[in-house]
Amino acid sequence: MEAKGKVLKYKDNVDTDVIIPARYLAIQDRKELASHCMEDIDRDFTKKVKPGDIMVAGKNFGCGSSREHAPMVIKESGIGCVIAETFARIFYRNAINIGLPIIECREASEEIEEGDEVTVDFETGIIKDETKNKTYKGQPFPEFMQKIMKAQGLVNYINEE
Amino acid sequence: MGMTMTQKILAKKAGLDHVEAGQLIEAKLDLVLGNDITTPVAIDVMKNFKKKGVFDKDRIALVMDHFIPNKDIKSAENCKCCRDFAHENGITNYFDTGKMGIEHALLPESGLTVAGDCIIGADSHTCTYGALGAFSTGVGSTDMAAGMATGKAWFKVPGAIKFNLTGKPSQWVSGKDVILHIIGMIGVDGALYKSMEFTGDGVANLSMDDRFTIANMAIEAGGKNGIFPVDDATKEYLAAHSGRPSEVYEADADAVYDEEYTIDLSELKSTVAFPHLPSNTKTIDEINEKIRIDQAVIGSCTNGRMDDLRIAAGIMKGKKVADDVRCIVIPGTQKIYLQALEEGLIKTFIEAGAVVSTPTCGPCLGGYMGILAAGERCISTTNRNFVGRMGHVDSEVYLASPAVAAASALCGYIAAP
Repeated sequence: MEAKGKVLKYKDNVDTDVIIPARYLAIQDRKELASHCMEDIDRDFTKKVKPGDIMVAGKNFGCGSSREHAPMVIKESGIGCVIAETFARIFYRNAINIGLPIIECREASEEIEEGDEVTVDFETGIIKDETKNKTYKGQPFPEFMQKIMKAQGLVNYINEE
Repeated sequence: MGMTMTQKILAKKAGLDHVEAGQLIEAKLDLVLGNDITTPVAIDVMKNFKKKGVFDKDRIALVMDHFIPNKDIKSAENCKCCRDFAHENGITNYFDTGKMGIEHALLPESGLTVAGDCIIGADSHTCTYGALGAFSTGVGSTDMAAGMATGKAWFKVPGAIKFNLTGKPSQWVSGKDVILHIIGMIGVDGALYKSMEFTGDGVANLSMDDRFTIANMAIEAGGKNGIFPVDDATKEYLAAHSGRPSEVYEADADAVYDEEYTIDLSELKSTVAFPHLPSNTKTIDEINEKIRIDQAVIGSCTNGRMDDLRIAAGIMKGKKVADDVRCIVIPGTQKIYLQALEEGLIKTFIEAGAVVSTPTCGPCLGGYMGILAAGERCISTTNRNFVGRMGHVDSEVYLASPAVAAASALCGYIAAP
């Protein structure tokens, strides 16, 4: 599995309330929900995001509420992978369970800049900044989680068991 | 190598003699919880499972609490979706308008959560039940769906941080001040992926309501769960609320902790978390400016229990809410509401000029029942003060105890009780 795209960069502690504010949580249509993705910290997000883009953030990405709507709208927006120094644990689970690729890497989180072209190999954990021609080693997933991600989420994984 | 209290519960529920931090396990669940925001998503996910139906109709709790009585058509449709699902599957623990309460106040009160349980809930504050000596943690809707279908969940066994509590808190210091102090000290990711294990002589000086508040906000430090030892107060609470048998676990003497802190409760002061992170704390005597407020909220899964309402009413009795302040009081459950009514607390709040709402999560997450306009400021006993959490992105939330929120409502600015 691999992701390749242009970087949208964010800071530490991006919480689920800014990823998708609670005022929209009663909306069930995914496309409509996704039209509000990141709007409280980045008004232009939905205008600038392109399919395959990569989100890079700092520490504790996705902290706060357990709302699965958060990874869901990021995935629905076309983001191919989220790279962060660390993820809040419920977001981490949710991302794996719904098949949104994520990876932890402190150096990549610090050094990669907005607009850089980046590729990520999930099996090896290798992150390459093509713009800066620099390679980072992210934390590859344990085999069990890779199986869930390969199945594109927990539902398929359980069905295949 | 010994195990922590959390690790012991997880080992038992996974059918293993021993587990260690980092190990991936599959554990049996005693209860799966969802609310009116997260359950419709889980119900949608369940349609995709080959296996149909739920694992045990008595071990699922669906609590309508975020947007009820329904605030709009969409929230009404979400609740209807949950109601239909509950009927179709014969879910015994379905709580709707009239029987509802804020889930994390309601479930312990209803006796559905006991010591030794392994619980997941599609709500981040599911960690609350650690106050009873249970392992409980927040998950998303897909985990909830898998839990409802199979009665199992996968976990990475967490490492732990030990908080050794000593001493007795002073008059106006409560569980909220303890947990805000801890989050201020270790940060919003200070316990990331870990269990927060509270122990020490000081635990006996914390009421069950204090412990619920502390365990509730473990997630605000990034924790997987917060957990308290089972003592006489826990046993008394469980006997009064639940007929279910409980199982008491204790950490091994040689359990491994990544970090250990000792906190003298007698030294703690009323603590306020400034915008926009729960870790952005100051003690009340460190606040040198007059921070004017437009609204005060007393309630939520963090602070909507009897102790909280009694403390707030004690401060507000015979006094008036400041002219330019809207004070909103929200009892956590119908039972708490009734008890507060019988004790005369509701009368006190209304006479002081506050409004009293039926149980709801409402304003805490900026849903309804107290949304802030641009530039407005609220002191709140809730659990998060992120950007836009209670309304407009340019509004501000300050987190505090019921005592500080009540005192501030009277003064019109953030004040000590």
